Parts: sequence; structure tokens; C-alpha cells
Amino acid sequence: MSARLRVNPITCSGYGMCAELLPELVALDRWGYPILAPGPIPPHLAGAARRAVRLCPTLALLIEETRRRQT
Amino acid sequence: MSRRLAPAGPGRSAELAVLAGPPPRRGLPRLLAGMSYDRPLGLAEHERVHGPVPLRGGGRGHPHRLIGLVERSGLTGRGGAGYPAGAKMRLVARRRGPAVVVANGAEGEPASSKDRLLLTRLPHLVLDGISLAAEAVGARQAYLCVHRRETGLLASLRAAADDRYRAGIDPAPTEVVGIPGRYVSSEQTAIAAFLNGREGKPAFTPPRLHERGVGGRPTLENNVETLAHLALIARHGDSWFRGMGLPSATGTALVTVGGAVCRPGVYEIGLGAPAGAVIMMAGGPAEPPQALLTGGFFGRWLPAEYAWPVPLSGPTMRAAGGAMGAGILICLPASACGLAETARVVRYLAEENAGQCGPCVFGLPALADALADLAYAGGRGRAVAQISSLLPVIEGRGACRHPDGVTQLVRSALQTFGADAHWHDRNGPCYGVRRDPLLAVPGDAEREWDWK
Repeated sequence: MSARLRVNPITCSGYGMCAELLPELVALDRWGYPILAPGPIPPHLAGAARRAVRLCPTLALLIEETRRRQT
Repeated sequence: MSRRLAPAGPGRSAELAVLAGPPPRRGLPRLLAGMSYDRPLGLAEHERVHGPVPLRGGGRGHPHRLIGLVERSGLTGRGGAGYPAGAKMRLVARRRGPAVVVANGAEGEPASSKDRLLLTRLPHLVLDGISLAAEAVGARQAYLCVHRRETGLLASLRAAADDRYRAGIDPAPTEVVGIPGRYVSSEQTAIAAFLNGREGKPAFTPPRLHERGVGGRPTLENNVETLAHLALIARHGDSWFRGMGLPSATGTALVTVGGAVCRPGVYEIGLGAPAGAVIMMAGGPAEPPQALLTGGFFGRWLPAEYAWPVPLSGPTMRAAGGAMGAGILICLPASACGLAETARVVRYLAEENAGQCGPCVFGLPALADALADLAYAGGRGRAVAQISSLLPVIEGRGACRHPDGVTQLVRSALQTFGADAHWHDRNGPCYGVRRDPLLAVPGDAEREWDWK
């Protein structure tokens, strides 16, 4: 099991909270929408990622469990 | 855009017509066999050409038999994505509870006319496919979706569906539904959203349609051409289907040929026919060609001399840097400006975004502005760099593939018309900009603005 960040671009309205809370994995584009780092969430950032997901004002940020094992 | 129809094949002889199941055609035309130039084929005529539809497993076992047939036939979706049709049916059939079948005949792509041709001339071939698919995946409800502005088509399809119900072919009539005429409303999750009573806009996945689609039920969504192929595979089998096409792309396909060709229209080809040969089927170039737009508005430009020998099919076109899309080839003459054509299409596609995802809402108009600058005003040496920097910010960041289709088109334009782009950027617009537009983009009056 590995976890990946994903954003629902329909619900996202670009508050930018995720980039504040998790700058290691989230950057903002020129219009203020998140650009997520590709690949699985590194273990040491798992807590911060969960916090960013919880605090997203539009609940647009998700952690997706992928069943495919990363090798 | 093309209005001319494909030439119909030689008519079936009178002796064959009395048999219940005429022998299958090995060659072309297959889908378009027996087609009339000006009217839909009625139920009786349709059965004379193709024989009765083998519903209820053809009396030879389980309805799932058809899924195996389709899997072995190698049929792929003809709506643009090219997903294997059998695998899609299997995904839906595996889910518990009654399923729903949705036939997509909305043809949002302005450069394509093949779905319209099928629905206006050969509705029973599509309706056969719907009934067969419904039986195979265990669906009690089936919808056929077309643009709601096409009131004449809606009426004739409803009449055809009622004819079948009265003749006892279908257990329930297929419901013919008019959907909003927006470009992205014919995207599959948008159709499901509309049928569920919401606005016809693409949705975030998961859930995927085969998990939870129309009415929360497992939903099979197919392009109408895919379903028409299904109707023939059920009759003639998988090895018959593979008798045409390539091993990697089996069967035949409908292709809309447009632009500067002598006889623009819809043609049925064996997959793998060289792009140049398909252009020649359409009467050949009307002017010296410069480039081909392969795959339509969400496709890719290729230089004409490079694209000419490329076999036309999803995998072979992709390998050559082109696209198959919903089977579209547009011939751009040397006298036209590929950048101006692309700029107009991108402006249209930018206006057709659903207003949902930020990168699409802000990115596509910015891209359209930069392209219009380059094409019509000269880029002042900055436009090409500006366009190139916008592409990665837009790509892959929407809920649907709308933004990706646009960036793919623009990328291929910068490649195919690369020298032209740098010339524009430094020196201003070329002579081709003065030419009448070649790619037909729907005008404001033809377009619909409402989503509900």
C-alpha cells in the first residue's frame, strides 16, 4: 500500500491552505491552484499530509491509497 | 465540415433478401451496407440487409457469450479513447444489480459527422447494438443520447425505438434523450451527470461509471459506432470482424475526412489503411496539402508528407505522433496558416470549458490569447516561449481530459508548424492568415450555452 496526494479540481477554489501547510509536496500555479508532487507521500510527511487534507476549506485535497505496490 | 455521405455499396441481390440471415460481407462496406442516401433504413429493410438481431444469446447459451465474442474480436471504443469494448462490458457485467446502458451519439466534436450519419441513416444498427449490450451486461434500462437541438433526429430515433418495441424485439423501448449541446457535455461522466438530473458537466472520478453511474447503478457507456460494430459481431462472430484491419486494431471504422479535399465526407475504412489512401478515397487534396490534423480538435497535427503513409488506427497513429480520436482526418492546404487555424480552435475549446477546474478556467483562455497573439499579431518574440511555459501548467490538471486535449493539439502545432511559429514570432502574421478559415468552429448562433 502506498498513499498519494490528489486534488479534486472541481471542488478546489484555490485557497492555497495546502501549500501553506505542506510546501514540501504542494506548490501553487500562477492562478493559485495546487500543483502536487508526483509519487507516493514520503513516510515522514504522512502526518503533515493528513493535516493538510483535514484543513482544506473546500475538502478538495485527498489522500488516495493505491493498491499497486511501488517498487 | 463535411455534409457529403459515403458512397453506399452495391445493393444486395433480390435472392439474398429473402433469406433470414444473409451471409456476412467480407469486405467493405460493413457498417454502411445497404445505406440509403437520404433517409433512415426502416426495421424491415435493416433486417433484410443484416438479418434479425441475435438477442437472448442468439438462442445459443448465456448472454455473456457476447462479451467473450467482443473480447476476442478486439473491438475498441470508437468515441476517441479507444478502450477495449469487451473489457468495458466485462467490468459492468461483473457488478451486482441491474446495470444501465448509455449510447453516446452526441458527437460534441465539430469535425466529426460519423455518429450523425449512423443515427440518421442506420438507426437500427445502433439500436441493435444497444439491445445486445443491455442483454449482455444485464441492463433493464438503456439511453440513447443526442444533442437536444437536433429535434428532427430525436423524433426519428424515438419512432425507430418504438417500432422495435412494438415488433417485440426490445423488452422495453430505448429511451432517446436530448442532452445539452456543449462540447464537454458529451464526455461520459457529463452524460451520466445530466441523466442523473444535474448539469451536463464532467465529474471527478472515482466513482467510475461502471461502479456507480446513472441512477447509482453500474453503467456501460459506449459510442454509437462501437455499438453498431457490436450488432455485426453478434451476428457474424469475432473472426469475421478480425478479417479486416490490423492485428493490433481490428475491424473497420468510420472516418470523417474534411478540409481541403475534393469529396469531404464519412468513409468506412479497414483499420490500417494509410492516411494518404483515405484522403484519396475522399477525392484527394483539393489544393497542395501542408499538414493533416489527425484525430480532430483533440488530435495532433502532422506534416502531410510524413503522415501520408501512416496506417490509420489508434496504435499506429499514436506511434507516429498522431492521433485517431473519433476517426477524423482534416487536410490543411499549403496556402493556409496552421497557427491561425489552431488559434481559432483553441479559442473555441477555451470557451467550451465547463467552468469547473481552475487550471482549465484560467489556463485555456490564457493559452488561446497567447496563440491568437502569435497567429494574428506576431508574437513580438515572446509568444512561443509564453505558450510553451503555459502547457505544463495546464496539462493533467482537470477533472476530465478537456485541458489535455487542448495542450496536445497546441504542442503538435508548435512542432508541425515550428518554423512558421518562429517566423510569426519575429516577423508578424504570414499570408495564410488572410485565407478563409478552414476548420469549421460552430458560430455563436449554433452553440448552446445552457448546461441544464
